[in-house]
Amino acid sequence: MKRILVGIKRVVDYNVRIRVKPDGSGVVTDGVKMSINPFDEIALEEALRIKERGGAEEVIVATLGVADAQQQLRTALAMGADRALHVASDAAIEPLDVARVFLKLIEREQPFLVILGKQAIDDDNSQTGPMLAALWNRPQATFASKLELAEGKATVTREVDAGLETLQIDLPAVLTTDLRLNEPRYVKLPDIMKAKKKPLDTLTLDALGVQPRQRLKAVRFEPPAQRQKGVMVKDAAELVAALKKRGVV
Amino acid sequence: MSKILIVAEHDGTKLNPSTAKCVSCAATLSGAEITLAVCAKDGAALAREAAALQGVTRVVTLDHPANEHALAAVLAPQIVAIAAPYTHVFGPSTTFGKDLMPRIAALLDTAQISDIMAIESATRFRRPIYAGNAIVTVEIAAGEKIVGTIRTASFEAAAAGGNAAIESAAVNAALPTHTRFVSLSAAKSDRPDLQSAARVVSGGRALGSAENFQILYRLADKLGAAVGASRAAVDAGFAANDLQVGQTGKIIAPELYVAIGISGAIQHLTGIKDARTIVAINKDPEAPIFEVADLGLVGDLFQLLPEIEGLL
Repeated sequence: MKRILVGIKRVVDYNVRIRVKPDGSGVVTDGVKMSINPFDEIALEEALRIKERGGAEEVIVATLGVADAQQQLRTALAMGADRALHVASDAAIEPLDVARVFLKLIEREQPFLVILGKQAIDDDNSQTGPMLAALWNRPQATFASKLELAEGKATVTREVDAGLETLQIDLPAVLTTDLRLNEPRYVKLPDIMKAKKKPLDTLTLDALGVQPRQRLKAVRFEPPAQRQKGVMVKDAAELVAALKKRGVV
Repeated sequence: MSKILIVAEHDGTKLNPSTAKCVSCAATLSGAEITLAVCAKDGAALAREAAALQGVTRVVTLDHPANEHALAAVLAPQIVAIAAPYTHVFGPSTTFGKDLMPRIAALLDTAQISDIMAIESATRFRRPIYAGNAIVTVEIAAGEKIVGTIRTASFEAAAAGGNAAIESAAVNAALPTHTRFVSLSAAKSDRPDLQSAARVVSGGRALGSAENFQILYRLADKLGAAVGASRAAVDAGFAANDLQVGQTGKIIAPELYVAIGISGAIQHLTGIKDARTIVAINKDPEAPIFEVADLGLVGDLFQLLPEIEGLL
């Protein structure tokens, strides 16, 4: 069966104003709205569109995380994924171990394409996709803004600092999504009901044979240095005068 | 002692300024020995440029026809093959480094620390998370090799004037052929490069159209500035993707940043918070951009911009 594996992460919602805990032990996540990482939603949308065009037969969505991450898997099923895999872990897992977990899922499911977000908006690491491609010894196309599939190959346009780069890669491969790859669909109420009946399997790290190794320790969290609030000027002349006074023009 | 290997970013003829910024970052670790790796089709001229960066001890060239374009799957095994003696392997946190460094880290079985904004010790680093809304200090166990990407906006470029030794290394690693470069469409521009420009004029959704964006270009030309854009403006098709400033675009630190018709979403502000002077022009006095602007002006940009241009 032609399968696409999509990875998603449960993160603090895009619109939440982040606050650092006063004791510096982390950021406030209690009682905060959680969502699918926006780039991962784009990853899922792309997989669904490929399936709808007849380019795949099954879309599997997977996450690694706490029990509540099943809420995000249900949302993904409501968007249209066929089944979900939840790899349970209460501890935060570093990207290299996340990649090792996904490699195990690849061995299980044999996808021809794995799509992940280019970064998670919580830790902003931007590591898991290339790490997974390296461990799998397969091509990667990161920051994708356009994807065309042909027999055994993909042509991918990537958003790079210099402009738009196009690569041709052999499949299977790992793709990571940029913002402009697509616009994810909204979930409709009947789909939420249907999603409740779709299969969601829970797996353990032990069963997959992955022992995470914590190599990094977060010592301290701080709010960023704040910029001083500046002054308001009343018109163009005052603005240009102020710029000249500062010596910036 | 720390031995740091930095993977140089370049376009085949010139080093990207991000490379000199990585050197500055590495040099903040006292007593560090810094080696630059230049992977290119023919890296002779690039190696001379790299060897002149102050703080660099050694330059290693890895010449191979497959290195004509920077493909992570092709470059990673070459860096891994020479990485053994080094304690740290760094690259810039640009799309080049973000693509390549995690691939290297996985092959080395090491953790990566992304977007390093300060080095506190050989094992302690500071980095932004949540779009820069929190800063975390991360520590790695002593004795572990570290791969890192450097937040270039946090560092000045290392100056020229050095004279490091240049060596060439043979490329013995098996290079994959599963990834092939097809093309790069870069907007040709005589303007300064957005990432390294001293002045940047940026436009948002309020510009209204790609045609209206031209007003911005006129002001930029007058100031000798690069042009940037908010995500909203890029999504709306007013500006090309490589002009996007913010969490998922470019993180910049110009002397002067002029935000025109940009409301100032958190994700945009994270891209500009190291700018020396921020100017905001917006018709909405409540726009969050005014919270971070050094100079703010409320008004209609279509009326104000020609006036400002005339006064400069």
